[in-house]
Amino acid sequence: MPYSAWKDNEYIEKLVDQLNESGANIVVGTLDKLINWGRSNSLWPLTFATSCCGIEFVSLGAARFDMARFGWEVARSSPRQADFMMVAGTIVHRMVPVFRRLYDQLAEPKYVIACGSCAISGGPFRNSYHVAKGIEDIVPVDVFIPGCPPRPEAMIYGIMQLSRKVKVEKFFGGVNRQEKQEEFLKNHPVEGVKD
Amino acid sequence: MADIQEKIASQFADAKFTEGDTLQISIPDAQWHKLAHTLRHDLKMDYLITIVGMDWKESMGAIYYMMSTETNERISVRVETTDRENPMLHSVSDIWQIAEIYEREVYDFFGIIFIGNKDMRRLFLNIDWKGFPLRKDYDADPDINPVSIENERQTDFTDVYEEDGNGKVTKHQRRIFAEDDFVINIGPQHPATHGVLRFRTSVDGETIKKIDIYLGYIHRGVEKLCENLAYPQTLHFMDRLDYFSAHNYHHGLCIAIEKAAGIEISRRAQVIRVMMDELSRIASHCLFIGTYCMDLGATTMLFYTLRVREQILDIMEKTCGARMTFNYDCIGGVMQDLAPDFEKDVRALLDVIPGNIKEYNKIFTGNVIAKNRLEGVGVLSRDMAISGAVTGPSGRASGWACDMRKLFPYSIYNELDFEEVVLTEGDSMARFKARLMEIEQSARILQQLLDAGIPEGEYCVKVPKVLKLPVGSWFTMVEGCRGAFGVYIESDGTTKPYRLKIAPPCLPAAAIVDHITRGTKIADLITIGGSMDYIVPDIDR
Amino acid sequence: MQDFSGITNWIHTTLLSFMPGWLTLCVECVLIGVGLLLVYSLLALFYIYFERKVCAAFQCRLGPNRVGPLGLLQSFADMFKILIKELIHLDHIDRFLFALAPYLVIIASMIGFAVLPWGNGLQIIDFNIGIFFLIACSSIGVLGILLAGWSSNNKFTLIGALRSGAQMVSYELSIGLSVVTMVCFAGSMSVGDIVMAQDRLWFIFSGHVPAIIAFMIYMIAGTAETNRGPFDLPEAESELTAGYHTEYSGIHFGFFYLAEYLNLFIVSGVATLLFFGGWMPFHIPGLDGFNHVMDYIPSVVWFIGKAIALSGIIIWFKWTFPRLRIDQLLALEWKYLLPINLFNLVLMVLVITFGWYL
Repeated sequence: MPYSAWKDNEYIEKLVDQLNESGANIVVGTLDKLINWGRSNSLWPLTFATSCCGIEFVSLGAARFDMARFGWEVARSSPRQADFMMVAGTIVHRMVPVFRRLYDQLAEPKYVIACGSCAISGGPFRNSYHVAKGIEDIVPVDVFIPGCPPRPEAMIYGIMQLSRKVKVEKFFGGVNRQEKQEEFLKNHPVEGVKD
Repeated sequence: MADIQEKIASQFADAKFTEGDTLQISIPDAQWHKLAHTLRHDLKMDYLITIVGMDWKESMGAIYYMMSTETNERISVRVETTDRENPMLHSVSDIWQIAEIYEREVYDFFGIIFIGNKDMRRLFLNIDWKGFPLRKDYDADPDINPVSIENERQTDFTDVYEEDGNGKVTKHQRRIFAEDDFVINIGPQHPATHGVLRFRTSVDGETIKKIDIYLGYIHRGVEKLCENLAYPQTLHFMDRLDYFSAHNYHHGLCIAIEKAAGIEISRRAQVIRVMMDELSRIASHCLFIGTYCMDLGATTMLFYTLRVREQILDIMEKTCGARMTFNYDCIGGVMQDLAPDFEKDVRALLDVIPGNIKEYNKIFTGNVIAKNRLEGVGVLSRDMAISGAVTGPSGRASGWACDMRKLFPYSIYNELDFEEVVLTEGDSMARFKARLMEIEQSARILQQLLDAGIPEGEYCVKVPKVLKLPVGSWFTMVEGCRGAFGVYIESDGTTKPYRLKIAPPCLPAAAIVDHITRGTKIADLITIGGSMDYIVPDIDR
Repeated sequence: MQDFSGITNWIHTTLLSFMPGWLTLCVECVLIGVGLLLVYSLLALFYIYFERKVCAAFQCRLGPNRVGPLGLLQSFADMFKILIKELIHLDHIDRFLFALAPYLVIIASMIGFAVLPWGNGLQIIDFNIGIFFLIACSSIGVLGILLAGWSSNNKFTLIGALRSGAQMVSYELSIGLSVVTMVCFAGSMSVGDIVMAQDRLWFIFSGHVPAIIAFMIYMIAGTAETNRGPFDLPEAESELTAGYHTEYSGIHFGFFYLAEYLNLFIVSGVATLLFFGGWMPFHIPGLDGFNHVMDYIPSVVWFIGKAIALSGIIIWFKWTFPRLRIDQLLALEWKYLLPINLFNLVLMVLVITFGWYL
């Protein structure tokens, strides 16, 4: 996909500027590039789906959309081995602790994609007594994919966005995504779970 | 119907009868258990369709819908109690096996305790949930039940309420598993549970001893949400229950509302609805075959079946404009007219289906490993299927002819020539084959409708902008892709339903898993659970 | 036929010319070690790519094609990522065993590489019990899997490990017996001798019926031995999430992942050695011209080519068949494969005694 075809280039550029403010030395910078190349091209999803969006995620793996082209097809069932978590479906009160626990079990670096309106805001079930109004309060989210459910094309776009975000990350120091994440976790602590 | 009324009136002096959509018997709670026994054994009302919990403000209670599989007569029983603080009814879980889980659901939503039920835990909500959400006086303040990231409290005990000879009810606790059981937690995040279902499984080596099922990880409170929405607005939730039967569920609720409002829809709309139903049935069964094979380790099948599904989704997309949540059937007909090349596309689909089925049989059904894995595994007898209310292809694989399209023909199904697939083995292989064969039958229906030509006419009749239903209650059943889908509507004459109860086919299918997996291996849990083909959002609603 | 021993001898003599004997040995060991590691990791990465492409082809998909030309760099990206992924430290586990397990698994498969006949004169060590050594080494892997399952303090991994233990111990028997059958035929346990014995015609042809039976059993048992579908019960995704390595992250998981593919290579390498002549080109007795042309293809290409083709068959199994259940799996071994195998051994002995081979 050509650079101009992306819809949010200003955001990425801002992010890059922010990261470059502190400056980087050349060795570290090159190493960073290599690591980011590896990370951004090898995003393994966790098989996690609660409802409708999960079925579109299955379609995403099938022949027509074939996420294997990008190397995302290695869906791991164990959170320890996955890189990102596609929250496909509604998260309800009872699921929240389980969901948070899964997030905590993911190994760094970990990313979260909120997929579908339920995960973003609660969607059509927003007024329900038993639905969390979006997952932003539970875990830090990297990419939102709107839709109910989002089309597989939208999902591909979303994961590619994540890949772009990963590419401009910094492994060594700098304004790091990881720090922001730690800050988030500090503000939303879970008792009994270390780290 | 008349002789049922006579028989019951002769034995139960207190019973009151209301004719309506279905014959309704009102009975005081004290005699309810005896009446249930009579209904089950003398009148052969062996299939308990659903229990509708009700809050009539001045009283609370339940409406039991049941059906006889011999005479195909459907009746309902209304039992109520005026005690709002501590409502109690007698359990019928010893008469109908499925009542156990249905009563738990009513308890969860209304707080009605069932005396004699062996397991009175909450079904969908946390143990520490405050209040009973479907009561009319429920306080939905999010501060009372906040979203919490703390782990839910777990317990190994369940409450049992029992009545002694003098009518005194005592509560005691029962252990769910034996003390030294090795319990594995399968789910809620597990690749084989098809969503967020949780089985607590006690095993002895690889052999399963008992399964305790936990639901509610995707309970979204659809029934309560519906009570605050106008009738046309309630429709779109039907897409998101069993997202594979979106058309069928829509159809069911539309029929219920149209029946209540007295709306006649055009023949064109009926044909379109039936065609969409059958298309989604094919798509759903295709996905079932694929995911089932994937659970068993034959991943490649999934990709072959998804090919057909994508083709169907294309047809749907052209007409409905969406790939999954179509929102196509509406009150009075359908949302838009058919796309211009609908007929051509469906014919193209029908051309490829026989070849594909042959291919599936070649790859999977005839495979020695598949046969060994499926044949004789998880045998569900006919009686058990009826008592456990397992409908749909799973029930029909056990020899129970439970196709609502044949039993209570709705729309234009009585004019169509198709066979009801009924197999007798009742094992996982039969359930698998039943679905394969149903694809053929659905294709046959589509072919017939195409050959007869889709009639001209309006696709949606005029309905009043503000739709009010008369006071009363209606119960409709349609055949979803996974079994009988029931909708109960009670109206108090306003634009919003007073109570809208959804009787999903997947809840019984999930509840039966415990009974047919005992003594089998862990791997068989996946075989059996997969073959019941439940969709978790449909169970939890 | 090219002979790589010329090159190796030249290296040896050159090194000897300016350093003492013991130092030469050390340098050679290091050289071989580095070479082996390189081959090892490249092969593993190639196999991961290969499997993903093959499986995509079966499933009417394209497979990786975005990272690098034809997606060739996909597995490199995966490797970089796995290398720097967090290693999660768990509480309440047996830390020592938990850390030891992946290394045991990977070392077991690495040692196996030492005796494989890579090419004419390209064998690291050729001793008289080579094939026996290989079988013995590959059995260490099961210990690693058992330890991984046990030390993780997780019920799923425990069940996975126990399944794996039962499965591997059983199928070792089949592997062993079919190897014994072929060793009888070759008359030697030395890898070099086995290869040279197939100079005239590969064993699968010259040993005809018993060799083909042994080959089929070996392939079935080999698939089970590598924990691949339809015998992938220890890590059955749909049952046990990820089986014995559920709790492993980062490079530790990477080791299990790599070892799985390397074991696949070793199993098909041994099959190549025993039935398809190792590095030996395809010869037909009597057709000298043809044989001569075949000799022009380098022996390394022959060996790796044959091994990859056989791995292709095992991959084909995985993406076609559904998974067996544990009792069916054990029944298959103890009730069918083992008796057939014993009978086959007797048959082979008869064939050898009466000279019925081609």
